[in-house]
Amino acid sequence: MVSLSWYLGVGALLFAISVVGIFLNRKNLIVLLMAIELMLLAVNINFVAFSHYLGDYHGQVFVFFILTVAAAESAIGLAILVVLFRNLSTIDVQELDMLKG
Amino acid sequence: MDAQSILFLIFSGVLLLAALRVVTARNPVHAVLFLVLAFFSAAALWILLRAEFLAIALVLVYVGAVMVLFLFVVMMLDINIDKLRQGFWRNAPWGFGVAALIVLQMWLVLSQPQWQGLTQAGPGIANADNTRALGMLTFTEYVFPLQIAGVILLVAIIAAIGLTLRGRKDSKSQDPSRQIQARAQDRVRLVSMPTEDRARQNKLP
Repeated sequence: MVSLSWYLGVGALLFAISVVGIFLNRKNLIVLLMAIELMLLAVNINFVAFSHYLGDYHGQVFVFFILTVAAAESAIGLAILVVLFRNLSTIDVQELDMLKG
Repeated sequence: MDAQSILFLIFSGVLLLAALRVVTARNPVHAVLFLVLAFFSAAALWILLRAEFLAIALVLVYVGAVMVLFLFVVMMLDINIDKLRQGFWRNAPWGFGVAALIVLQMWLVLSQPQWQGLTQAGPGIANADNTRALGMLTFTEYVFPLQIAGVILLVAIIAAIGLTLRGRKDSKSQDPSRQIQARAQDRVRLVSMPTEDRARQNKLP
């Protein structure tokens, strides 16, 4: 039988892969957004696995809200990306240095 | 090894390979398509965990809406990939180090016997109607957070439209302020001219 630790292991590996992705694609804003989506997916897998094995539906309700917030986040992120590309003609993160702080 | 374990291994293997290709793919369109594959595999894993409603919501909301949005944006932008790929592997040792640290920490936690022992579904999960149970919780205990989630989506809609909307310069639109400020002497010019007799002259002969 599949135990809880297998699902948690998959979640941890997925999270680690997306961390590697953020380190590798530190210039490409689109892939950075996708790596964040993968991280949220890893967290959601953990939530659903705990909810299943502990017999508690509150975890699945939480996943529902995380999906909502993640969808809103990616919509706004992509809108910012489009405006950025319109103004700078690039999506290189390292060229975003207009704010002098 | 029972069927459920084999299915788990297949779907989690596909999920991890697709995630690896998402972060290493050269073409962003391929990365988005691999992300779609990753979401499908995760939905299959959730069906194995008897979370059918969330699995279908993941496919509908994520693959159907968010990934299509990603695909639109990726295809709209004309990106110079070679410039973005410069120094791609330079920070890789740090990345793999941090990832190995995360996996090591998780393994230290997960190797505790209390997680290994959990192999059965919890009480109330095994034969329950997943969607009904989620609905009962969402519309009673979580009804206020549900409203807030709706407001968050509304804010996202308004923010996305407000950020990307740009008025066309040649579009015909009304400016109420200028309409109100219009005066008669700006629009109509009364000119006094001498009358002409040509009409009468043409009729005479």
